[in-house]
Parts: sequence; structure tokens; C-alpha cells
Amino acid sequence: MSTQAVLFDVPGPKARLTYRIIGVVAVLLLLGLVALVVRGLANPDDNQFAPEKWAPFVDPVTWTAYLLPGLLNTLKAAAIAVVLSIAVGLVLGVGRLSQSRLLRALCGLYVEFFRSVPVLVMMIFAYFFAVFVVGITGDGASLFGVVAGLTLYNSSVIAELIRSGVFSLPRGQREAGLAVGLTPSQAMMAILLPQAITSMLPSLLSQLVVILKDTALGYIINFSELLRGGQNLSTNYGNLIPTFLVLAAMFIVINYALTLVARLVERRLQRSARGGPPVDPEANPTLVAAGPAAPAVGADAR
Amino acid sequence: MDALARLLTEYDVLGAFWMTIKLTVLSAVGALVIGTVVAVCRVSPVAVLRGFGTAYVTLIRNTPLTLIVFFCLFGIGNTLQVQLADPDSPTSIADNTFRFGVIALAVYHASFVAEALRSGINTVPQGQAEAARAIGLGFLPTLREVVLPQAFRGAIAPLGNTLVALTKNTTVVATIGVAELAYQMRNMIEFSPSLLYAIFVLIAFCFVVLTLPTGLLFTYLSRRLVVQR
Repeated sequence: MSTQAVLFDVPGPKARLTYRIIGVVAVLLLLGLVALVVRGLANPDDNQFAPEKWAPFVDPVTWTAYLLPGLLNTLKAAAIAVVLSIAVGLVLGVGRLSQSRLLRALCGLYVEFFRSVPVLVMMIFAYFFAVFVVGITGDGASLFGVVAGLTLYNSSVIAELIRSGVFSLPRGQREAGLAVGLTPSQAMMAILLPQAITSMLPSLLSQLVVILKDTALGYIINFSELLRGGQNLSTNYGNLIPTFLVLAAMFIVINYALTLVARLVERRLQRSARGGPPVDPEANPTLVAAGPAAPAVGADAR
Repeated sequence: MDALARLLTEYDVLGAFWMTIKLTVLSAVGALVIGTVVAVCRVSPVAVLRGFGTAYVTLIRNTPLTLIVFFCLFGIGNTLQVQLADPDSPTSIADNTFRFGVIALAVYHASFVAEALRSGINTVPQGQAEAARAIGLGFLPTLREVVLPQAFRGAIAPLGNTLVALTKNTTVVATIGVAELAYQMRNMIEFSPSLLYAIFVLIAFCFVVLTLPTGLLFTYLSRRLVVQR
């Protein structure tokens, strides 16, 4: 049982009454706040609850013309970025653990640098790089910018995840590998990495939530993702608030589902004997504390 | 070097840097306050408040920050017509977007602060809370005098991560036109595309200067202030 469950006594009749009063007051306060917002939104000049503002969402054209293409682009950019980030992150993570000091230093520099710079700054740079240096324009440049920005950042986060995953394994694993005659790199490939990847699976899944949310930054470099689609929709119908609410609901449903999957995987890993324990960043703060991204399930602010 | 000098004289990079710092500090304070309240709600004995805390964290954390920023400015600012700055002052539009930006950043990161604090509360041994209750402290005094001071010290590492992420996330308010580093970067590249690399290095350097020391400081603090048991 955690501390959380023992913070207060089991309420007696008096305390139950107090709690109930506080509960009622809190509900009233929340309802009052909601009422204020609703009254503001429903002001007669520009009623946000007017049926014509919500009607577009039952019209299939709205979805096929604005929201679904946006969602598709969001998912496409996220998918490409995920695959690239995992590939690059694996290479970097192994590089940081390699025997060569030069390789370690180079990978360390990459990881520390790109973890310290905001995704948006990299997106803007990659976008203009595509426009001015490579010579792509339009949607191609935007997609390139989003994917490059997300990949640079997330590959360094994944490299850190892999490193902390390998560090969390018992030392005997590697020693046993060396003892049966594997070379250090064989021991890494055959013994350490598979276990590290299994144990970081939940953190990897919650990183997916981060990537998906960050595609919304593509808005500023004209990437036609979900937010941009919603913006176009709302300028057409003048229904900004309804559109934002629908967009938020879409993001929340997708991301919450991903979070639930991550939790499920974590629980299954904890039960099964295979693989190490899931990477717990709190357990070894020296590994992750300096980083901008705590790989705990859903604990990441990006 | 020449390019850097040109950028620094032609554009207000220092002003943008200062704006980023102001955004970071103000929203960090806001996020800490809101996050603490939400965390206390989440562990409170009143079911309604617990539900509110959980709903807040789940909803806010799964929404992109860009959307929250838009919502604050266009929803609360334009549709609800809440003005946060004196409409007669000459800088009222800039002040208004800045303040809504700070609110959006604080609201978004409060959910991460609340999660960090909750994990911090879980590092406090049960005996501490039990002892506090045994000498007759109620829920709030238990939290205030015994549990939270230890929880904050246990949560320093995740709080530091949140602060670093917050520093980087201030770039998102560039979408509503607050003149911070990312906004200035876009502006600079559009007017001096030939200096693309110098601009990127300059802006990246500004962020590295802010985030790396913060990360190192919090790692040091988390080791220094950890409650010895």
C-alpha cells in the first residue's frame, strides 16, 4: 500500500459529513465555472452552441475534406518519425555503450544536444533547410520539416531509454555472455539489447504519445495536419470553439488509448519472468534526471 | 562570426531570449501552484476532488500544447472576450497574447507537476503519514507539515525534467505570435535565408544555455536534497 492510501483516517460520521459538504461545495464551484463559460460561449452575438455551428460535424464532407486528411497526415508523419527514431535511436544507444571512446563521445554529444533544443526549433530549421538548400517546396518541405524535427529529438530520447534499459540489467547477464565466449558486441546484440528493449517497451509506447502530440507543432511550418485541417474548417464555418473541442476529443481519445496500451504492456511485463523489470526512471535518477524527458509511462512533458 | 554579429545587430535576439526566460519563469511558478493544488486534490479524501484531479491530468496531458495555446487565446480571449491587458495601453495586444501564453503553458505543465508530486508522495514512507495521524493531525496538516515537504524533495528529479521541458515548450507560443526565440528564428530566416545555419546555431545555443545548466542543477539538487532514510 502506498502513502497515498494512508494520508487520512477512515472517516467517522462527522468527517463524512464534512467531506460531503466539501464535495458539494466543490461540485457547485465547478458547475458555476462551467456555467460561466457556457454563458460566455452562448452569448447572443456569437452563439457557439447554435446548431449551424455543430451541423458541419454530421456532414460527411467535413470529415473527408478537412479532418480525415489532417488526421491521416498527422498519423503519417508520426509513423515515419517513429520508425526513423527507433532506427536511429537504436544505433545511437548502442553507440553510447560501445567500446570506442570516440564513438561514445560522438553519440553522447548528439544525444545531449538534440535533447536540449526544442522540437519546434529543429522543425523550423529542417523546413527552411528543405526549402532553401534541398529545394523542395510546399507539402513535401513541411512533411520533411516535421519528420526531421521529430526524429532528431525522439531518436536521442530513445537512445537514452536504451542506455538506461541496458544499465538496469543485472551485471551477470553480460558477464555470463562473455564467460561462454561471446565477444562484447555479440553479448550486446544477443543478450543485453533484447532484454533492454523488452523492458523499455512501455516507455517507448508512451513516447509514441509524445510524438503524436508533437506533430501538432507542424502547424507553424504549414504542415496540413489535424490542427491545420480544423483551422481551415473553422474559418469556413466560423465555428472555432466547436472545432477545437472536436479536435481535442480526437487527440485525447487516441493518446489515452495509447497510454492504456502502454500500461497494459507494462503490467504484462511485470508479471512475466522474461526480460528485466520495466525501466523505472525514479529508481536510477542519475541516468535520466538531467534529461528533458523522463521515460516513465506518461510522465513526459513533451 | 561576422554572420553572428550581423544577426545580433539587425534583430532583437536578446529581447527574444529575455522573452523566453520571462515565459519560462512565470509559467513555471503558475504550473507549480496549479500542479500542487491538483496533486492535493488527487490524494484528498473527497471523491469529487479526486475525480477532478484525475480528469484534469488525463485530459490536459493527452492534448497537444499547441491546441491548448489556441484554446486560451481564441477561445477564452476572443470568444469569451476576456482581456488580460489594459485595452488602452499601446502594447495591449502583445501583453494580452503574452499573458494567455503564460496561462496556457502553466495549465499544460501543471498536469506534469501534479504527476511528479504524486510520485514524490509515493516515495514518502507510510509510517510518516501514520505517525502524523497518530498525533492527531488532519488531512491538510498531515500534508503540509509532514508529507509534502518530503514529497517535494523526492520529486526534484521529475520536477526538473518538467522545467526543462517547459523551457523548450515556450517555443510553442510562437504560434500565437509571442516574440520569443522560435518566433524570432522564423522571422530571421525569412529575411536572411543565407544565414540559415548561423541562425540555427545561435538559437540552439540560446536553448542549450538555458536547459543544460537547469538539468545539471536539478540532478545535483536531487542528490543533495534527497531525504536520507
